[in-house]
Amino acid sequence: MTNQGSRRKLTISLSLTAAASLAAAPALAQGAGKIDAADTAWMISATGLVLMMSVPGLALFYAGMVRKKNVLATMAQTIAAVILGSLLWLAIGYSLAFDGTGAVIGTLNRVFLAGVGPTTTHPAASTIPEALFMLYQMTFAVITVALVAGSVADRMRFSAFLWFVAGWLILVYVPLAHWVWGGGFLGAAGLLDFAGGTVVHLNAGVAGLVAAYVMGARKGYGTDNLAPYNLSLAIIGTGLLWVGWFGFNGGSALAANSRAVFAMLATHLAACAGALAWMFLEWWTRRKPSVLGIISGVVAGLGTITPASGFVLPWHAVVIGLIAGSVCFWACTQLKLQLGYDDSLDVFGVHGMGGMLGTLLTGVFVTAGISGGTSGLIEGNPMQVAIQAYGVVATIVWAGLVTWGLLKAIDLLVPLRVSPQNEVEGLDISQHGEALQ
Amino acid sequence: MKLVIAIIKPFKLDEVRDALTAIGVHGMTVAEVKGYGRQKGHTEIYRGAEYAINLLPKTRIEIAIPDDQTDRVIEAITAAAKTGQIGDGKIFVTDISRAVRIRTGETDDSAL
Repeated sequence: MTNQGSRRKLTISLSLTAAASLAAAPALAQGAGKIDAADTAWMISATGLVLMMSVPGLALFYAGMVRKKNVLATMAQTIAAVILGSLLWLAIGYSLAFDGTGAVIGTLNRVFLAGVGPTTTHPAASTIPEALFMLYQMTFAVITVALVAGSVADRMRFSAFLWFVAGWLILVYVPLAHWVWGGGFLGAAGLLDFAGGTVVHLNAGVAGLVAAYVMGARKGYGTDNLAPYNLSLAIIGTGLLWVGWFGFNGGSALAANSRAVFAMLATHLAACAGALAWMFLEWWTRRKPSVLGIISGVVAGLGTITPASGFVLPWHAVVIGLIAGSVCFWACTQLKLQLGYDDSLDVFGVHGMGGMLGTLLTGVFVTAGISGGTSGLIEGNPMQVAIQAYGVVATIVWAGLVTWGLLKAIDLLVPLRVSPQNEVEGLDISQHGEALQ
Repeated sequence: MKLVIAIIKPFKLDEVRDALTAIGVHGMTVAEVKGYGRQKGHTEIYRGAEYAINLLPKTRIEIAIPDDQTDRVIEAITAAAKTGQIGDGKIFVTDISRAVRIRTGETDDSAL
């Protein structure tokens, strides 16, 4: 890694800080909304739940599935995504994603949360403090980039991953978040994504797939024993993800209301349906229902219901979950082998496919009574499915192309993969100088 | 002096230990090992990946005994560790040229 790269980055961030201080000097902006205690209390809780999904939820989920020699390094990637992503979100990510109504990108008015005080609110969440809205959205941003790491587990250089976190958050996540949720062109076109089918799951899934292709398969893929170190860690992680998802989808209502409740209900039902679908399919096709399969079905259901959660009826969620478990089972056990990519932890198979499926099914099932006016295919409006498809295509194209370019650019600075010897020795020792005893 | 090395099925450890205690053997070293002989392994499936596991968990016991006890020890271990199924294990006997009790410095048969 060159010194020039880090020096330049430091210069840019210092300039932005200076600019932000000047902009914030006069007075803190007064929000137009009236802060509601109940909404704020719920959103504070939801924020904690979503952060828990990253630490330690995703860390455990992923690390339990890799080999012993890579467990600590896998957890380190999740933690790195949170610690670096959070500060970048403060510095520039939040502002570009959520401030203003530009079709393509936001403004720089909120860098370092300039102008945000105790009573400031954001138009999208006018009954909670803007600082809380920013923090809540931060937890989404960091878990999305942490998800991508799963595709390239066991072989990515830690320094390259840090560059990736910084670049991907700003170049891929931020624009997409703006387009769908921050006032950009996809939201304006009527795309419905309640909590992140496109912005989080499809985005991370496509990026993971691209990364898996760019970086190539693990040494020994297809020949060596790559069995999981400790699935009990993965199961515990799934539990934390599951409970945390109540905050992920429930909190996306941005208020303590029935919408949040219906979102949570749909979330849970889809998780259960997804798990049962995967379990029975695996039992039927492979004679035994694996626990890894059951928890994979849970996550498939959770990811797929995410964009639809606040828009559909409970029984829709069950149907969506059943479809999710089945399709993701197929993607992880058939499609992956047919296409020949090594997506180590099935980020594309579960989150990518799930996000895509869920976004499209939102267009099928969205119910006017729950969504506040928008109808889907089953209520006689097929156009919504087309809008959803538009959102899916835009996400795939943006995430795919920019992730590819970013990885190629990082590769010029520092090799993406560890050396073959380090890969054999393990990332824990080679990247961090530590080992599980 | 002889070193008797027995590779047995892990769940047979307590039985073997009891049988040896009954004939007067009061010390052993136990290790968890992996291995295979004629016993086939099993297949583990993790989502899209199938792994043929051919190294099976076994328990290795090492006992140092005076020469005259060799036959009794072999009989005791065999009787306790046998299930009649493939994978019961094997016993190897090697010579010990010297032995020392670290605490007292006693050597050879007094050290066993």
